[in-house]
Amino acid sequence: MYPRQIPETRPVARLAYAACVWIVLAVWLLPVFAIMLTALRTLEDVMAGNYWGWPDRINLWGNLVAVFTQTDMLRYFLNSLIITLPSTALVLILSTMTGYVLARHRFPGATLLFATFIAGNFMPQQVFMIPVRDLMVSLGLYDTFGALIIFHVAFQTGFATLFMRNFIAALPNELFQAARAEGASPGQVLVQIVVPLVRPALAALSILLFTFIWNDYFWAIVLTQTDAVKPVTAGLANLRGEWASSWNVISAATLFVAIPPVVMFFLMQRHFVAGLTMGAVKG
Amino acid sequence: MLRTRRSLRHRATPALLLAPGLLLFLVVIVFSALRTFWISLHAWDGFGPMTWVGLSNYAELWGDPQFWVSLRNNVIWLAVFLLAPPMGLAIALLVNQKIRTMRLAKSLFFMPLVLSTVTVGVIFVWFYDPSYGLLALLFHAFGASPPAVLSSDTWVTFAVVFAALWPQVAFCMILFLAGLNTLDEEIIGAGRVDNARGWQMLRHIVLPQLRQVAFIALAISMIGALRSFDIIAVMTSGGPFGSSTNLAYQMYQESLFSYRFGYGAALATVLFAIMMVFIVWYLLRLLRDERSA
Repeated sequence: MYPRQIPETRPVARLAYAACVWIVLAVWLLPVFAIMLTALRTLEDVMAGNYWGWPDRINLWGNLVAVFTQTDMLRYFLNSLIITLPSTALVLILSTMTGYVLARHRFPGATLLFATFIAGNFMPQQVFMIPVRDLMVSLGLYDTFGALIIFHVAFQTGFATLFMRNFIAALPNELFQAARAEGASPGQVLVQIVVPLVRPALAALSILLFTFIWNDYFWAIVLTQTDAVKPVTAGLANLRGEWASSWNVISAATLFVAIPPVVMFFLMQRHFVAGLTMGAVKG
Repeated sequence: MLRTRRSLRHRATPALLLAPGLLLFLVVIVFSALRTFWISLHAWDGFGPMTWVGLSNYAELWGDPQFWVSLRNNVIWLAVFLLAPPMGLAIALLVNQKIRTMRLAKSLFFMPLVLSTVTVGVIFVWFYDPSYGLLALLFHAFGASPPAVLSSDTWVTFAVVFAALWPQVAFCMILFLAGLNTLDEEIIGAGRVDNARGWQMLRHIVLPQLRQVAFIALAISMIGALRSFDIIAVMTSGGPFGSSTNLAYQMYQESLFSYRFGYGAALATVLFAIMMVFIVWYLLRLLRDERSA
């Protein structure tokens, strides 16, 4: 391994090294601690300018109650779930189908198609803003969950197709030859061979997609207007305007918004990292 | 008869499987990108009919000081984001030890990447607060008076970019950690036998093996720099006085606040063109690697 490992025979050096890493980590996460500490404070404490000292009184509960009763964060939170969960599921289904065809079937234009998926996926999303907004207005979908779901599914299908295509292309060729020799149709191959084998890829992909879609802010402000459909990221940004100096409440709301992706990440960390690095590192 | 029906089915199924995802992608994404270019040749308020104006939106861009501010800021974003891969590599090297608690430390280092950009923006507005923020405390500690970075037209873009760099470094670190785990042990061992150490070892033995990963980390950082929008919207709304806009943000403002969709589309097209340079570079390399593999 590189860098050279500190040997087990030098426990003190190992301990010292770990301590150094944790100090660097503490600096790295300082902004997060600041928000956590502030979420514990009372408004008087914030007003008195106690930003970095220990809170004079623990008021986390009070701040959370304020977030839930005096703001619409709970509504926004549900909206985010209503947008994120079906979008993720749809992308998984569509990209398994497209990824399978691109990985296992040769046809004219396949490379061009693949390149288009990559290029579309890397484009700054602002490039699509005007036409997509216009499209949703003319379909009567502007300011509905449908607008956000359709856009997210279309956009993420590009990335997800890439991902699934690479995974399915790396599956052992013999399986497919055997299936073909037995006269299995492409549909049967997909259902009986591909789907059971791509489960790890789907797990990795689903957590990535969930995080991407949950954290979206741009489309939330471009395609929605009313509180009834606004997701939690747009809600948080609004809150900053309305609660300008109540940093204790804003901080509590910030933590609340971050909970789902952070929890998902810690539950499925292995998949998350595998997902992000798949394709990047081919040995 | 049976044979033709079967072969038809074998040909038709892939097309049917491809169709839904592909159609959605072509209609919503590809068609929209092309239509942006078409709209940029018109004057349009977003509701009424479009009026053909040819290239005059682009001519206006050339003389628009705000456009040059945005373009300059895009260059700053790109330049500062070049720091993400080396910083990510540095942290990856730091935590790549098999010591207890190191696994947990790694996951905590990833954390900024999982937070939404809105969250990161809010956290850093707090961090930069000129009266009580952490930055202000640091300045006070050295006896200096803290600058209000977010209301200074000189510093505001740097302040925003450094906030955005935080999750980007975490991303690069994940990539490099994965890369470090695929290093060829024999070559490393041979290097150690030859007494290669520290910097020499990194430069001549480790980095060449990380080329693929470094390339991806760089490409993803450049793309991330060009598509930055959320954090500008949250931290500064392009201000003060438009000094922290980039092309993406200016385009959003011109379209949705000034109802100049044609002009906004022209800005988007410029952004598209800049991005295309990076994407073509990326694709060519990717296809070359794929062929040689």
